[in-house]
Amino acid sequence: MRERAAPSTATSPEANSTPRGIVAINGLHYRYPGTEDDALRGVDLEIVPGEVVVLAGASGSGKSTLLRAISGLVPHFHGGEIAGSVRVAGLDTRDHRPGALARHVGSLFQDPETQLVMGTVRAELAFPLQNRGEPPPAVARAVEEVALALAIDGLLERPTAELSGGEQQRVALGATLATRPAVVLLDEPTSQLDPVAGDELIGLLRRLSEDSELAIVLSEHRLERCLSAADRVVALDDGLVACDASPEEFLAWAVREAPSLATPGARLLAGVGLRPTPGVRRARAALRDAGLLSPGAGLRDAGLLPSGAGLRDAGLLPSGAALRDAGLRSRPAASPLHDLEHVSAHIRKKRAPSGERAADAMKLDGLWYEIPRGPAVLKGISVAIEPGERVALMGRNGAGKSTLLRVTARLAKPTRGTVTTAGRVALLLQNPTDYLVHDTVAAEGAPAGTLKAVGLDPCAIATRHPRELSGGEKQRLALAIVLGDLDDSAQAPAVVCLDEPTRGMDRGVKEDLARLLGTLSAAVLVATHDPEFAAAFADRVLLLGDGTIVADGPSADMLAGGIYFATETARILGPRTQ
Amino acid sequence: MTGVVAIRPTAQRWRPSPLRATRASVAVGWCLALSLAALLLSNPLALGALCAVVVTAGTLSGVGPQIRRLGLYAAPLALSIAVVNALVTRDGLTVIARLGDLPVFGTTDITLEATVYGAVLGLRAATLVLCGGLYTLAVDPDAVLALMRRLSFRSALTVSIANRMVPVLMRDSRRLADAQRCRPGGAPGRVALLRATTSGVLDRALDVAASLEVRGYGAAWAGRGGSPTTPWSRHDLEFALSGVLVTATAVAARVLGVAAFSAYPTLNAPVGPGAIAVSLLLASCALAPFADRRGI
Repeated sequence: MRERAAPSTATSPEANSTPRGIVAINGLHYRYPGTEDDALRGVDLEIVPGEVVVLAGASGSGKSTLLRAISGLVPHFHGGEIAGSVRVAGLDTRDHRPGALARHVGSLFQDPETQLVMGTVRAELAFPLQNRGEPPPAVARAVEEVALALAIDGLLERPTAELSGGEQQRVALGATLATRPAVVLLDEPTSQLDPVAGDELIGLLRRLSEDSELAIVLSEHRLERCLSAADRVVALDDGLVACDASPEEFLAWAVREAPSLATPGARLLAGVGLRPTPGVRRARAALRDAGLLSPGAGLRDAGLLPSGAGLRDAGLLPSGAALRDAGLRSRPAASPLHDLEHVSAHIRKKRAPSGERAADAMKLDGLWYEIPRGPAVLKGISVAIEPGERVALMGRNGAGKSTLLRVTARLAKPTRGTVTTAGRVALLLQNPTDYLVHDTVAAEGAPAGTLKAVGLDPCAIATRHPRELSGGEKQRLALAIVLGDLDDSAQAPAVVCLDEPTRGMDRGVKEDLARLLGTLSAAVLVATHDPEFAAAFADRVLLLGDGTIVADGPSADMLAGGIYFATETARILGPRTQ
Repeated sequence: MTGVVAIRPTAQRWRPSPLRATRASVAVGWCLALSLAALLLSNPLALGALCAVVVTAGTLSGVGPQIRRLGLYAAPLALSIAVVNALVTRDGLTVIARLGDLPVFGTTDITLEATVYGAVLGLRAATLVLCGGLYTLAVDPDAVLALMRRLSFRSALTVSIANRMVPVLMRDSRRLADAQRCRPGGAPGRVALLRATTSGVLDRALDVAASLEVRGYGAAWAGRGGSPTTPWSRHDLEFALSGVLVTATAVAARVLGVAAFSAYPTLNAPVGPGAIAVSLLLASCALAPFADRRGI
């Protein structure tokens, strides 16, 4: 099958255009240089104008490679061996480099930082238009329009290096959309965004698709965020198209064939014997139609669950696993409601003023952090966490989550206030690769016992290069490094902090991490944008807003009462009443 | 998200300056003229004057602290060049130290001439580093990228990566340092850190190159429209004239042997009227455009 990319004979875009498809992929096989396995194995796909297609699949399933094949980076930029064909707007990607395809296709990769190539936001938005040779008035008009559409008009004169991660993502998207391409490819565009910004972005993409027949191909791990906006889902498994169907059909398939791809809402509906459907509104409608939810109220309000009994206790669930898988908790639980109440009770007991309260593992008292000649990032934070407590730190981009962790770990010195900890603070920053600086895993110096504790086999990986490990393995290794020797009481941390540990991770890896955090005896503080992950590991949630703690409570309450910082299951079940 | 703390220190705020107000092609040419003068001239006085010119130009462009910090990084480079030259060069008649038999170097006599010549080489290297720093810090990289777009994809890519990689790598190195501070026990050795940083540089450069490709940079139809022809501003004219005069002065001094310098076999570095005149002329030609701050 193998052959190097060879020029095809067809050259006329008009002659090669398929009747409907703006993207036509036929029998695509691709292998990266220096590897033995195909990243894509016979992919056939056609995408029509205005279609929103979500690419689903575990890490390494070929989603990013497929996007890069459509943009032309595969094979022109990455090299390797390719067979089959990819046509974008009638252009064969083997004959046209990415620069030429950019007239029709816009790409947004995972890391916006390296995609901003100009000094200011205005220059960044104008850059692709100038590359196309557009006249200055057209460039100026397009920049203003795309800035208004993405609500980044206030950033136009800002240096790109000063933007936050979320702002960078929007600007990079703006540069992608500025040329009004026929197809936009997005590789996990919400991975750096808070739930509010993520939902806004998905909504915006849907609107753009409807307004201008823009075809959108979107790779995502957090499917619950985007399925309701999708027309179609293509699930990849080891380079093969495992499912190509509507969102409803995909969810039914996922529940049956690939549970790790099923959304929490789908698992919930399947658990009560209903056909899975994407989106909160439709899921609630399905529950109402089945008589399981009264209009405008939650399950319990509907009288179906008059007490704290769980769904299984009510005979509605055949198994607790479905709801446990739904992301409410990774630990064994009977049902979401049962589980949430169990956690609430647990927290209440732990925090009862009965004199049994354990000494704090960490205590922040009146903590301020002000940037020299800049704004205050933290404004009088006071909070205490007990040993063994698992706390999720949530909030919008720029709320101060990362700074709070850095100050706690003494990487940054507070302007005012005190940080008191019962021992060492282990901090795992966002990019685990930053911790891996040696040639072999063994040389990184993580104790064997800790490696085992985080689920790695020290003997099996000792001689491997750390950067060759999978994303989940890298993170475990980095975690083992910062944890140190857990058997040595002098070195074992009193507090473990993790900053956005689930970014770009599939559901399976996230569940493993949640389980792992549950085994640690130290206090755990995790900054995360992922409500499902927070529900899976946390006893308590701190919600940060503009440098202050705006809410602090048991995860059962915090993750069930909101619109954005709430799990999909909780949003489907509706607001809880006491 | 990385947070405001991690991002703000590396942000580059442009301050209005005559050099900044100059079109990219002229500003680049002016920086190249200073570099060319540093390569052509060997007289320590003239090189010292050029070095001072670059630092002053940086200060007048609002990037004085960064240029001075860069000078601190360049100083060890200059010193190491001077030391190595003194150790390995056998020329020169004035022996100032006899070190005897040294491993690798053999019988080593340190001469005054080799030491001074090494110092001049180091000064030249430091001046070139500072010229590069001034270009990076004071010339608009976006305008340079637009300028290079008309030339070739590869050249533009190189320039863009060079411009973009500085802030990105500063951020990366800060992140790497923070990660190492989070390790219990001792931090890894410098070689390991350098290797990790280097591999990170390659990854980053690939990412930037891919981004440029998918944004249509270097495509066949690029530059068809482009910017309208803008009339030359007073700053364009002044810096262009300054660059021409600096180059002419350096070339003339080199050809005519004014401000000449030879180290071997004995030092001949006249700090006479010729060298002083060349130094003053270079400084005044290079810095004169900064006096005009209208329209910046």
